[in-house]
Amino acid sequence: MNPAFSVIFFTSASGAGFGLLFLLGILGPLGLLPSSSWFGVVAFAVSFGLAVGGLISSTFHLGHPERAWRAFSQWRTSWLSREGVASVLTFVPAGLFAVGWVFFGSTGGIWAVFGLLSAALAAITVYCTAMIYVSLKPIQRWSNGWVAPGYMLISLMTGALLLDLLLHLFGAGHWLVSGVALVAVAAAWAVKTGYWRFIERTASASTPESATGLGAFGRVRLLEAPHTEENYLLKEMGFRVARKHAARLRDIAELCGFAAPLMLAGVSLISLALEAHWLGTLAALAAVLAAAVGVVVDRWLFFAEARHAVTLYYGAAEA
Amino acid sequence: MTALPPPSPRKLGLVIDLDICVGCHACAVNCKEWNTGGHMAPLTDFHPYGAGQNGVWFNRVHSFEAGDGADGRTVHFPRSCLHCEQPDCVTVCPTGASYKRAEDGIVLVNEDICIGCKLCSWACPYGAREFDEDSGTMKKCTLCIDRIYNENLEEVDRQPACVATCPANARHFGDLGDPDSDVSRMVKERGGYDLMPEMGYKPVNKYLPPRPRRGRDATAPAVAELQPASDEPQGLLRWVDRMLSR
Ligand code: SF4
Ligand code: SF4
Repeated sequence: MNPAFSVIFFTSASGAGFGLLFLLGILGPLGLLPSSSWFGVVAFAVSFGLAVGGLISSTFHLGHPERAWRAFSQWRTSWLSREGVASVLTFVPAGLFAVGWVFFGSTGGIWAVFGLLSAALAAITVYCTAMIYVSLKPIQRWSNGWVAPGYMLISLMTGALLLDLLLHLFGAGHWLVSGVALVAVAAAWAVKTGYWRFIERTASASTPESATGLGAFGRVRLLEAPHTEENYLLKEMGFRVARKHAARLRDIAELCGFAAPLMLAGVSLISLALEAHWLGTLAALAAVLAAAVGVVVDRWLFFAEARHAVTLYYGAAEA
Repeated sequence: MTALPPPSPRKLGLVIDLDICVGCHACAVNCKEWNTGGHMAPLTDFHPYGAGQNGVWFNRVHSFEAGDGADGRTVHFPRSCLHCEQPDCVTVCPTGASYKRAEDGIVLVNEDICIGCKLCSWACPYGAREFDEDSGTMKKCTLCIDRIYNENLEEVDRQPACVATCPANARHFGDLGDPDSDVSRMVKERGGYDLMPEMGYKPVNKYLPPRPRRGRDATAPAVAELQPASDEPQGLLRWVDRMLSR
């Protein structure tokens, strides 16, 4: 599938924003985060900025962005519509939660309820994003059980790394947050490894034989394509990344997205015990930067390595 | 509404005979011709006369080879919307632009509300939807709703443009929900089948397989081998052979 930049940026950024909101909504009411207004301002600015920025960028690839509001209407069947509705709904309690934090310096009482509600809705939104891909049966590499956990864990991971950095910057590092970041990175890495194994080992459900129904005669292969130039289908769905590039990019994704943040989150955790404030801040900052690169590369690969069943009509042996 | 209507008794669709199709592309061309002025008009073309042509078509004709040797076949294979009974292209649409008609099962796009998110084209395994960069909306086969119900046309012409134009009579239009219709009987007799049944989309359109070969022993070689007249030429040939072998 063609890796459109707006969609890659959207899913990565809004995933991180909603991941951060999820943690704020849970850890805030538990009293584990600084309830100072300034921390609230910065944390919500980052979270909302990423989430909203991502959502807005997702409208860039629409043919009619001015009609985007119509996408809220079909939540009964469409995961894309559900995602739109869930993301907007999330900002209702999240906005109120932010008001309590920023203007009243409080994350308890009724504000805690708003916090927990926004955490739940943030998780639902990311799940809906993932399900857009999972629901596409013609793309086997998306329509499988690894994708939703992968999206959710990467969202949690990026959110936790961001929160860890914010806490260090405010001199309020907390072992629980560094620990959550560490565990989330490890879990996301494990699920991605499972996903990569799945896509490498799973045989294509559809074949040129099932696509044409001509398998009774033997192996089916394309003799003549219907057109000599590329059409929409080939541009959008015929995109294939060379194996050797994919392998290299996967290495980059693993190194920057998982290995480095895992190590750096560990350093951040240890720095708390050592009370080495500067070390923790540096490690958390490096972890966020590395993860940003890794996650974007991983998302790019998620598209570039996905194959669509229609390519079977254009000479692909598997999809 | 992108929720699917209850299954309609009427299921209008096509039956395509792969035994007969000669791969002339006439159906694709007449489809383009009619529909660029039809319900989902226009079917925009970019750079139509230069390099890098790119345009919207509802029907594409592929050619495949199936099997090898004497039993192998060259099969011409027209591909267009199959007006599926379980079309995910409809249910994934966030706006309600994509819909399946309750009365006859035809799958259409409302160009006035489509936001051009392209998700429906991703959800179609058959590549039946093509995005129009110019209008910013999705386009697809309408089963020529503007012909089949068109009272300004003679009764014989009230069929899809592709069916009307096929010079080999490889395309048939009718109600596949009616077990006694011509198309349903044809499907039954010839073993008409679904494309990619494993996707679970339950296409309405059916394809008829190439017929088995007739009047030839399957074990016989395809072509009699050409034999040299003789390894040891006689008479004049012997003289020619000797002269040329010198
Ligand atoms: S062939 Fe594709 S576009 Fe047509 S109804 Fe089926 S899924 Fe939808
Ligand atoms: S491109 Fe148009 S018809 Fe297709 S899913 Fe998006 S809004 Fe619906």
